[in-house]
This record gives sequence, structure tokens and C-alpha cells, in this order.
Amino acid sequence: MKRVYVNEKWCLGCHLCEYYCAFAATGKDDMARALKGVKINPRIHIEEDTTDKISFAVSCRHCTEPYCVKGCITGALSKVDGVIEIDKNKCIGCYTCVLSCPYGCVQPTEDGIVQKCELCVATTEGTPRCVAGCPNAAIVFEER
Amino acid sequence: MKYVIIGNSAAAVGAVEGIRRVDADGKILIISDETHHVYGRPLISYLLLGKTDRERMKYRPDDFYTKNGVETKLGVTVTKINPDAHTVETSDGETIAFEKLLVATGSNPFVPPMDGLDTVKNKFTFQTLDSALALEAAITPDSNVLIIGAGLIGLKCAEGIYLRVKSITFVDLAAKVLPSILDDDSAVIIKTRLEEVGIKFHLGDSVGKFTENTATLKESGTVIPFDVLVLAVGVRPNVGLVKDAGGAVGRAITVDNTCATSLADIYAAGDCTESRDAVTGDVKVMAILPNAYMQGETAGINMAGVKYTYDKLIPCNAIGFFGKHILSAGSYTGDVYYTNDGTNYKKLFYSDDRLNGFILIGDKHPKDGEIPAYDRAGIYTDIIRNGTKLSDIDFELIAKRPGLIGFTREIRQEYLGGER
Repeated sequence: MKRVYVNEKWCLGCHLCEYYCAFAATGKDDMARALKGVKINPRIHIEEDTTDKISFAVSCRHCTEPYCVKGCITGALSKVDGVIEIDKNKCIGCYTCVLSCPYGCVQPTEDGIVQKCELCVATTEGTPRCVAGCPNAAIVFEER
Repeated sequence: MKYVIIGNSAAAVGAVEGIRRVDADGKILIISDETHHVYGRPLISYLLLGKTDRERMKYRPDDFYTKNGVETKLGVTVTKINPDAHTVETSDGETIAFEKLLVATGSNPFVPPMDGLDTVKNKFTFQTLDSALALEAAITPDSNVLIIGAGLIGLKCAEGIYLRVKSITFVDLAAKVLPSILDDDSAVIIKTRLEEVGIKFHLGDSVGKFTENTATLKESGTVIPFDVLVLAVGVRPNVGLVKDAGGAVGRAITVDNTCATSLADIYAAGDCTESRDAVTGDVKVMAILPNAYMQGETAGINMAGVKYTYDKLIPCNAIGFFGKHILSAGSYTGDVYYTNDGTNYKKLFYSDDRLNGFILIGDKHPKDGEIPAYDRAGIYTDIIRNGTKLSDIDFELIAKRPGLIGFTREIRQEYLGGER
């Protein structure tokens, strides 16, 4: 199954992936218009240490044995064809998944529920936007 | 029947999904005294609060049973397990044969004997959907509610009914709220929040005598008038079936790391079991939904004939009360890393190069730009679960803020470049 993989040494720390992720979530056509004046809350995050010049992107690993899905008290998280999805209608925001995820990749939203990377299943291109928009192939979507 | 499962909650669902990972066809029968489609048990307070409803609180979709080839007998109690004959007997007079059996009987509210309790007509527990619906039918905007037990069940009940009753008062023998998941000063934070919204507490005290509408406290002599009484003192694992069948039982049903009981071909999972805490090594009851699911899944895979062990169970809880949110895990022993800015409370407990546990409290809705103390807490949980050596990571950095940046490049490569 294809997954998002991170090539740390290629990451420029430009944060573009975060913007492409937030753009994908808006469902709109024009990135500049969709994000103008918006404080983004993306599902992919750059971790960085500017003094040591380390940076890398972190997003859901879509684990084979996903603690978030197994621990979800509502059944809102499920794995469908290899993609861990969140049913926002069922989630009540207990954050058991935040407590469970080894990578810190399930995040609270402003509405008090959770969001996570769903590999851009709602978009039509087939490649997650963070991957398509990365200028240096630091995030790839492939079989390994 | 190839597989029989007693119980119809998280452990049972875990078992069905575990069995189906291995065996696509073997017949599965679920027998449960509850009549409902499987629901998220901890959601009963959210149901009363109006944050979920009967449809959305279904733990699995409507077609779960048919899709997985599961037959159900709901509203039926298993009265006896015959381990040698490999049969169970049910309350409707059937004897059902099994090849593999899962006991996922959960726990029941424990109601200690209290003087005059039998004179109280309006008394409830808060453990099942039916008990929540019964309580809902009894409360009115004029109800003064007395809850015995300021633990997870009692406090969650209070949040559920808060907007629908006149007053809520707690009595608990313990000196603090949530003794199972909080230490002394974190318990004060939560109690203070509950008091701010008008909930009253009588801690370190117990009821000496009930009349129909009053409770007189043993220590202080205070008389508390009430209309509705909720008993949330604690729960007892349902071990009777296994015990009567001659299976090993401690405080709960004894299982190994495949969830097998001491009886051949009989497994147990969830709140009715006790298991080894991966941090302390102590055998204890860790009655939380994630563990129930994972034990059920483990049992199911083994029942279907594939050896699978899970031995990373630790106590952990994610729960909120009136805008305060708590994420906690592990054991609260060792040295303490502590920060508290008045809103975000963080305590990490560590010793012998290992992280033992944590308590994180923050606002459910943080202010703009504020990172709540519980952000990315799963990174801490995983360090505990895996027994990661703190000397192998940048613990100083991770203690401040959990992140993969505190791990070595090699570990990160494994995490972000591989599969888990």
C-alpha cells in the first residue's frame, strides 16, 4: 500500500506542505484566496530546530496496528482501504486518540473534535497535496 | 458454534474483528444481556449532555453483525459455562456448544451496604445505556441530585445531567476527586473547576444513614436533602461464570498475554479481567475501553488459531470536565518534571531511565495560539508503552514539548520512513 514517507535530509523547512494541507481541507480551487487571512491548522506539521538545521514533516502513518482506531471510544476512527479516516459526526472530542498516537498526529480542532491526515481522499488528484506541493521531494507517496 | 462471545461491547467487537483477521467464515455467536446494538459505553454521559445521540453512539455501523457473519442473542444471559463439555447454558434454557469461548462480561456497579438505602426510591447507577435512560427519565429541572462517588463514572454523570437538574452534590470517602487518575494537586484543579460551576463536594466522608430523601453524613453529621440518588462508588468485574467453572480468578479473571484464561479454549477480555501493567509489572484491573478492545482483538486472533500476544497494557485516560481536559497514563512514581502556567498543567513521572507516567491538564478550547499541555501526548504514552530509555532520547527537549525531534535520526527514519 502507498504511504507518505519523509526524507528528512531533503526537507527545506519551508512549511509549504502545511499550507497545501490546509488548502486541501478547504475544498476550494484557488490556494491564495482560500488561505488569505486564515490561520491554518494543517494535518501535517514541520518539526524543526533552526540552530541544528533539522527539519522534517510529520503526518499520520496510517499504522498497520493503529492505536488511535483501536482506542477510539466512539468508533469515529476507522481504517478504510488502508486509510485511517475520522467520522467527524461521531467524534465527541475525548482525545483518547491524542493520548494514543505515537507520532502526535491526531490533533484537536477548534470545534473540540479531532482531525488527522486522510491522504487527501476527498481530493481527486490521487496524490496527497503535501507531497505534490513539496518542492524538494522531502515527502513522497509510494510503496516501500 | 465455532466461536461464542459472552458480552457485546468493546472487547466483543475487538474479538470479532480479531477473529475475522484470521478466519473469514467461522461462525460467531454473541450472547449479551443487553438488548442494544453495540454502543460506546463511555458515551452515555455525552448522550444525556446532548453531544451525541442513539444513532451516533453506535460503536460500529448497523451492518456490523451481518457484515462479519455474527449471529446475536441479545437480552439473554449466560448462566453457566461447562468447560469440559465446551458448552454454555443460557437464561432461555438453551445449551450452546463452542469450540472457543470469549468471556467479555465487563463489570457491574458495586453498591456497598448503606443504612436505609432500601428506603430510597429514586436511586440509580450509571454504567449502561439502560441505566442512563432510567436516570434521564427521573431527573427534572427541579431535581437535587446526590452522587455517591466522585470518580470517573460519578463526575461524568454529573457533567451529563448538569444542565438538566437544579443541583448536584457529591459525597466520597476519598479525600480527592478522581483518585484513580489524579494526584493530590491535579485533583484540586478539577474539583475547583467543578465547584466554580456550582457542584458541591463532601469529601472524606460517607453516608451514615439514608431516608427516602435525605442522607446524613457519618463524619460531619451534615444532612443532605435530595430527590435523585446516583450510586457511583465503583465497579466489580463480572467473574462469576469463570469462577464457577473453576477458572483462575484474582480481583478479576486471570488471563495471560494471549488473553487465555486458565481453562482450555476459554478466553477473557476487557473490564472483567486483570492483566499485567507494562510499566510496573503489577497485575491489576485496567478497565478502560482501549484496553478492552485490544484484549478482545488479541483473544480473537488467538481463538482463530494464530498466536498473537499483546503485553503493552497500561492505565491511561483521556477525559474532560466542564472545559478542563485531562490526559493521563502510567504510574505516578519517581522524579517529577512539573510545569504549570495556571492553565496548562504538566507532570511527568520518571525513574531509572524510564518514563513511568504523566498527568496533563489543559483547556478543552485553548486560547488562540496557545498549545495545550495535552498536545501530542501520545508521544509520551508511546515512550512509556515501549519502555524507551530516556538516555536514548533528548528527554529534556521532549519533556518541554513532545516531538519526534527529540529522538535520534535513526529512530525518526524508522518512524517516518517505515511502517508500524
